[in-house]
Amino acid sequence: MSKKINLLVVISGVAVGIAALVLTALGNPANMGFCIACFLRDIAGATKMHSAAVVQYVRPEIIGLVLGSFIMSVATREFRAKAGSSPATRFVIAMFVMIGALVFLGCPLRMVIRMGGGDLNAFVGLAGFAIGIIIGIFFLKKGFSLKRSYEVTKTEGGILPGVMVVLFGLFLAVPTIFAFSETGPGSKRAPVFVALIIALVIGALAQKSRLCMVGGMRDAIMFRDFNLLSGFAAIFVTILIGNVILGKFTGFSTYLQPIAHASQLWNLLGMTLVGWGSVLLGGCPLRQLILAGEGNGDSAVSVFGMIVGAAIAHNFKLAGAAASLSEDGVYSVGGIGTAGKVAVVIGFVVFAIISFMNIAKEEK
Amino acid sequence: MVDARGYSCPMPVVMVQKEVKKNPDSLEVLVDNRTAVENVSRFARNSGYEVSVAEEGGDFKLTLKK
Repeated sequence: MSKKINLLVVISGVAVGIAALVLTALGNPANMGFCIACFLRDIAGATKMHSAAVVQYVRPEIIGLVLGSFIMSVATREFRAKAGSSPATRFVIAMFVMIGALVFLGCPLRMVIRMGGGDLNAFVGLAGFAIGIIIGIFFLKKGFSLKRSYEVTKTEGGILPGVMVVLFGLFLAVPTIFAFSETGPGSKRAPVFVALIIALVIGALAQKSRLCMVGGMRDAIMFRDFNLLSGFAAIFVTILIGNVILGKFTGFSTYLQPIAHASQLWNLLGMTLVGWGSVLLGGCPLRQLILAGEGNGDSAVSVFGMIVGAAIAHNFKLAGAAASLSEDGVYSVGGIGTAGKVAVVIGFVVFAIISFMNIAKEEK
Repeated sequence: MVDARGYSCPMPVVMVQKEVKKNPDSLEVLVDNRTAVENVSRFARNSGYEVSVAEEGGDFKLTLKK
């Protein structure tokens, strides 16, 4: 049985890799294709929660992932409406996970996609991500828990899928109410229905395979269970091979990578925050979307927390600036400003407090 | 008996791991989602237990035996 599951995780990983390559070829930003943090941030921009003009778009990928998971879980009778596992705490954790991701410029999924694209900065991010996961595991072993959830009404479980349907409906019916980027990453888009359909398929696969970027490393370290890590590896290998075949691979480098900066300390610390927070939440940003699709109200709260985190990141200028080459040839490594650095430090303090305060006392 | 209903992964596996460390001959585990069924089963098999699963009114009872 475990072999079968393994295969499904690998298939899902390969599918995610191919989807990212196809979406990038069809217009999505380079080395992105499929980035949960970036695309939630674009949705926050489109709905005018922040006004960074270059990152505003209603990404059909997010809508498709949630609905794909919803449809698959209903079809296989796995949809279960539940909630009540420290939702406010999850909201705050998710906010800082998003801030960490935008400091690095990508969620764990985009980190893998960037790695496969030859971006060495993402390998620094990976090191940070691993450190964050190890810190998270330390607290899990100490007894950290956000406590159990409870069965709730189907309506509560269907909130995020419902929000996504309404958002997509409005996007098709009255697009003028939203803000859309005319330049920058937010202006780079794959065709709407292609993006939606691909995301529906990936959402369904991810639901069935439990694909999770943070779960892979966590389970490997904690339980010597390499099931989910195989999906992580499959994405990397698929992207790498795909980029080579498409002639887009130009070797591994930190120099001028697409929508990335080379400010390594903050690549590292941003992803440390993401790894730690994701372990506390029980899954990476992608996994939160999928869980919310299958009726988990706590994960829906996490998704809302990430959207608000994205708005905060851009309103307070916390997000990383990509490396750039000016017209007269001056290279800038990019990176983050003072506010972003302070936000990351605050994130660590908040996570430390949450981690210590939620350690369950030993039962006698 | 481990009651991990309401917990999302990895918590059910963490709870089972704690009990398995005491090396019991058998252990009953209650979970309420199939992800937990799969993960706990995989962990238990890797730890040398045989696992049987019974569905009980939307919940799952896993019986681990050496």
